[in-house]
Amino acid sequence: MSKLTISDLNLYYGDFHALKDINLDIAANEITAFIGPSGCGKSTLLKSLNRMNDLVRNCQITGKVELDQEDVYRDLDINLLRKKVGMVFQKPNPFPMSIYDNVAFGPRTHGIHNKAQLDEIVERSLKQAAIWDEVKDRLNKSALGMSGGQQQRLCIARALAIEPDILLMDEPTSALDPISTAKIEELVIELKSKYTIVIVTHNMQQAVRISDKTAFFLLGEIVEYNKTSQLFSLPQDERTEKYITGRFG
Amino acid sequence: MENINQRTWKQEWQSRRKNPLSLVLYLLVCGAALATFSGILFIVGYILVKGIPHLSPSLFEWTYDSQNVSLLPALINTIYMTILALTMAVPIGIGSSIYLTEYARRDHLFVRVIRIATETLAGIPSIIYGLFGALFFVKFAGMGLSLLSGAVTLSIMILPLIMRTTEEALLSVPDGYREGAFALGAGKIRTIGWIVLPSALPGIFSGIILAIGRIVGESAALIFTAGTVAEVAKNLFSSTRTLAVHMYAISGEGLYVNQTYATAVVLLVLVIVINLISELIARRLGSESSDE
Amino acid sequence: MMRSRFEHQLHDLNTNLIVMGTLCEDIISKSLVPLEEDDFYLVNNVSKTFQKIEQLERDIEEQCLKLLLRQQPVAKDLRRISAALKMVYDMKRIGAQSAEIAEIIALNHIQSGQELLVLRDMASHVIQMVTDSIDAFVHEDEDLAQKVIAKDDYVDQQFDTIKVELIRYFSEAAASTDATSDGEHVLDILMVAKYLERIGDHTVNIAKWVIFSITGQLDGETT
Repeated sequence: MSKLTISDLNLYYGDFHALKDINLDIAANEITAFIGPSGCGKSTLLKSLNRMNDLVRNCQITGKVELDQEDVYRDLDINLLRKKVGMVFQKPNPFPMSIYDNVAFGPRTHGIHNKAQLDEIVERSLKQAAIWDEVKDRLNKSALGMSGGQQQRLCIARALAIEPDILLMDEPTSALDPISTAKIEELVIELKSKYTIVIVTHNMQQAVRISDKTAFFLLGEIVEYNKTSQLFSLPQDERTEKYITGRFG
Repeated sequence: MENINQRTWKQEWQSRRKNPLSLVLYLLVCGAALATFSGILFIVGYILVKGIPHLSPSLFEWTYDSQNVSLLPALINTIYMTILALTMAVPIGIGSSIYLTEYARRDHLFVRVIRIATETLAGIPSIIYGLFGALFFVKFAGMGLSLLSGAVTLSIMILPLIMRTTEEALLSVPDGYREGAFALGAGKIRTIGWIVLPSALPGIFSGIILAIGRIVGESAALIFTAGTVAEVAKNLFSSTRTLAVHMYAISGEGLYVNQTYATAVVLLVLVIVINLISELIARRLGSESSDE
Repeated sequence: MMRSRFEHQLHDLNTNLIVMGTLCEDIISKSLVPLEEDDFYLVNNVSKTFQKIEQLERDIEEQCLKLLLRQQPVAKDLRRISAALKMVYDMKRIGAQSAEIAEIIALNHIQSGQELLVLRDMASHVIQMVTDSIDAFVHEDEDLAQKVIAKDDYVDQQFDTIKVELIRYFSEAAASTDATSDGEHVLDILMVAKYLERIGDHTVNIAKWVIFSITGQLDGETT
């Protein structure tokens, strides 16, 4: 039984048919990568999973997205959905508050106000994001004073603080240096045991390194979806082969 | 060791000589800056020079009479007026800005109409506000020449200013903050209240300071709406004068030239102090929200 | 065309493999030439050719490793470069075995005869197998590679034929009272035949790697 099931999803930005008949099953406790050229719909699909596309004007979606068999658009309350499905963005976006308040924002939003509980949640989340040791002595300092890599790990901690089931990551390391990237990749692999992760990436080597399954998107469609080792060594579709070997014209 | 990447005066001079046009422009630009600076220096200096010798305790008596031409009542009225006008304009201004930036569709007709209206309002001369206030608030609404009439008129006057600066401040809050908050399950209100507004606070605050400056310096609109009674306002409906109006009044009579200058000094000092405080607060707020 | 530089480098790799294949064909035929003409300088020639083969093996290895490092190939590109890396080992072994054959031939124990014909037949077959396997790689021809593997059966049969012949010869010689100097020439023939059979096996390995580069299937055994 898959964690996230997408059925016959179509998305339109005005007249533009951005996602075409998407059918996808995402398994639990796995890392699924979305790859494909720019503008092919992978980020759009990702944002449809936690209904961030609702914020976009002129966006129409048909079809079904189910999280644990519950319809995400019809049955689930949107804020509850976002408690179960967390998101990390391409450009790190910590709030202009202290590190502690950043991580505590999510739990506070969902009703946790007890200081002891929050302390415990903040520590746990920062540890899970492999950044606790670096910040434990300056939790009250502003988050904006950290380096890019640290900020991104903070954003991951912030997302983990609400204990989601699924973590959506939209090119999380594209703005970071190689060392930060490596730390975050390591982190993501560790998180797999407790969370289901969907990661959009432009970096194919990253997809190869960390993902279990990969979906290749082209012009709004999923061309191929397979185990990563399979897709990258023996792709079934010629378009996939052309893209991953860089022969795309 | 001499740094190779720093130009010596000789090199500067040589490069300027090669290109006389750039030298001329440079001098013109320096001249303009100097002119501005000296202009300000002159105005401030002149007032201080003419006014300070005539500063005396009698100017700060609690009650005004034609002997001491005390400015204290006017000063207190100015403070009342400012607080009252701000109390009315700031919530409405911030509220409508929040609506325009966070709730309304950005290209909606309604938004554009409001924006045009705001900009028009901002450009209307203050005397016209005064006339409007006189006709509408003083006469038609029956509020008479009063603190209230003056404050309401002023609040309409500063509303566009507050709206514009608040809107700019809100727009300059990165969308990334809002996205991040939504993605964590925060609703619109929580996002605006906890993330967007606090982040925009420095900008909003500077808008308020600008508005205060405008209020303190306003005279024409207040003469027609608040009147010129030189007493501390007893209630909202008493006619009162503010500091700028007071200056106008005593200078008009021609008898109190020196005291006028002295009052001007006080007004000037007030404005400078307000600006300095706002600088300080803006810098502290600004530094809190960025790195430490 | 994207990655034209990479395409160019892959083309160079193909060229080098063809050259190495040609050298292998060359060395196999040269190693048996003294059988036909009594020219011992050809042994020297053979060892020079083998040196060229060894050098090419190193060059191609270096080429492949550089490609792996710099181009991060995936899918077909990765399979082809990995296959090339393995193929050059088998081609080097073919060269080494041919050099061994040449040395034996140079001892000049073997006289013309029935066995020679079979040996030459075996040689021409394995030469064809080498040609075909490299061809199959360059043109991504799976069928051709399969044919090479099938041809090895024939070569193995030839080897068995020679073994039977030589056993028959030994039993006849034992029965007669001739001098035993002929024993050496028989053993030499057996060794040459064995080397040729081994060359055939190496060519089969090459063909299997070619099939891997096309289909991604790793064959269970390489002989």
